[in-house]
Amino acid sequence: MKQLEFDSTNAICGLTFIALGSFFVYQCLTLELGTAFRMGPGFFPLILAVILTGLGVIVLAQATRVKGEPIGPVALRGMLFILPAPIFFGLTVRGLGFVPSLFFAALIAAFASTRMKPLMALLLAIGITVFSVAVFSYGLGLPFERFGPWTRL
Amino acid sequence: MDLISNLALGFSTAASPANLAFCLIGVLLGTLIGVLPGIGATATIAMLLPITFQLEPVSSLIMLAGIYYGAQYGGSTTAILINMPGESSSAVTAIDGYQMARKGRAGAALSIAALGSFFAGTVSTFLVAIFAIPLTGIALKFGAAEYFSLMVVGLVSSIALAHGSIVKALAMVALGLLLGLVGTDIYTGTPRFTLGIREYADGLNFVAVAVGVFGIAEILRNLEGEKSRTVLMAKVSELWPTKDDFKRMVGPVLRGTTIGSALGILPGGGAILAAFASYTVEKRISDRPEEFGQGAIAGVAGPESANNAGAQTSFIPLLTLGIPANPVMALMVGAMIIQGIVPGPNVAVEQPTLFWGIIASMWIGNLMLVVLNLPLIGLWVKLLTVPYYVLFPIIMAFCSIGVYSVNSNVFDLYAVAFFGLGGYLLVKMRCEPAPLLLGFVLGPLLEENLRRAMILSRGDPTTFVTRPISAILLAIAVAVLVVVFLPSVKAKREQVFQEED
Repeated sequence: MKQLEFDSTNAICGLTFIALGSFFVYQCLTLELGTAFRMGPGFFPLILAVILTGLGVIVLAQATRVKGEPIGPVALRGMLFILPAPIFFGLTVRGLGFVPSLFFAALIAAFASTRMKPLMALLLAIGITVFSVAVFSYGLGLPFERFGPWTRL
Repeated sequence: MDLISNLALGFSTAASPANLAFCLIGVLLGTLIGVLPGIGATATIAMLLPITFQLEPVSSLIMLAGIYYGAQYGGSTTAILINMPGESSSAVTAIDGYQMARKGRAGAALSIAALGSFFAGTVSTFLVAIFAIPLTGIALKFGAAEYFSLMVVGLVSSIALAHGSIVKALAMVALGLLLGLVGTDIYTGTPRFTLGIREYADGLNFVAVAVGVFGIAEILRNLEGEKSRTVLMAKVSELWPTKDDFKRMVGPVLRGTTIGSALGILPGGGAILAAFASYTVEKRISDRPEEFGQGAIAGVAGPESANNAGAQTSFIPLLTLGIPANPVMALMVGAMIIQGIVPGPNVAVEQPTLFWGIIASMWIGNLMLVVLNLPLIGLWVKLLTVPYYVLFPIIMAFCSIGVYSVNSNVFDLYAVAFFGLGGYLLVKMRCEPAPLLLGFVLGPLLEENLRRAMILSRGDPTTFVTRPISAILLAIAVAVLVVVFLPSVKAKREQVFQEED
């Protein structure tokens, strides 16, 4: 018996499109559709969402026909350190203030690479912070509080 | 002569000390990120966009434009010296440029690239100046139906130029359009797809989406397999090309400029396609085709002129119609909107200093690039030795600052992380982000014009084919779609993109 071969990348991709498309279709159905003459808020997005779902089905169908290349390595470590950096910055910039918040965000991001050494990361984060404060806060005068309420005891 | 007085106005605007300084910052920054592989013009402009909010509209657009064409120059330096395109549009230059460098002719290759680019930049700047006004005249006759059809052409062309599967690129456009519609419906005030999050009622922040999908996804991709760059640094000597070199670069430069200017105007087109087309043409008409791939001068001069001309003329659809031809132009639309300027045919009439100032600054910027870059090559070469793991924390910090400063909304930072992850997963699924971003920008405009056109025609959808300009545009869109699905073109297209990788 011949084993069913399929391109897993495309299969996942097709399913993702179908899932996203269905989500938007579902959301559109809660909106007023209107008529072609006077389109409601749900009319145009519904068309798009149906198209997206349909394209997902096509991609999925194609996945069963050809075997493609594997998905390749995934930057797990990268995701683990890169993605939290802006989130951390967002969570703390009001509380800690611009300077400490940026310093820690840069420090977190620095560890995404396996080649980064702790001392190097520290120096780099300090350098980035000093430069950014000079350019953005003093130079361009962006209205950031440099040290927030959490740093005052 | 209107043209001359307009250009005079432009040059007097662009030559003010402040604007000259911003133009210089722009081109230097552009060259810098062009030289460094792993960070592109799109991500840089997205990051700097919010910061330009503080500047005058003219200055900010001059600087952003400078980054864009500066990156084309910088990209070729990297391509020639280390056989790695700093920008995707200089991928072709790497083929023959690197071979020239290996033969000890790095200096000549760099000068040829710079001089060719400068010539192309000069010609195409004048083309922008000459064609902008008549095209604006046509654009003023555009109604809602025509705008809708024109945007369809733009979106379809962006599909044709995306890597990989056409079906996936179409899906990316649809997804981008949907994401662009997130927020409050302008006609009824109904919130759409906001998941009840009040901060998203004004729509997803464009900068956050662009930084996430282009910047962060790109960083993650680079972190997948960290390899040290082997910098086979060819020694740069004898910058000036010989007389024979000059003789052999004239033809390719002229042809490259023509090809690049024509392809740049196409929505969705631009620099990358222009460079490939020029290389193919030069190889075909050369009397020494065997030289190509071994360090042919024409293989450097042609594509370099073409990509610069294409980068320049891709401003035409933006300035005249307000339609972005590529993701960078989409960011320029964002920059104009941040500054309170509605991009479109009215810009030339209502903001003549802005309009002509940008055009004049392009030429000044190109001149700066030639004058500065040849002496500064040593510095750029040094930059290539900076390891990537030092760069990306810096990029992340600037991303965070940039996105947050748009409107001090911390939700935008969460959106960056979300779209960074999403963009990375899409890349892993071999989907191109460029059509998505174009769709995202055009989504609201497309819907608004569709709805307006339908109201004007009292619900009759044939309005799109009975109005002549709209019908022609839709016919073009259909033709492009049919062509990319033709088996022979499909095969050729895959081959072209294969070469690029």
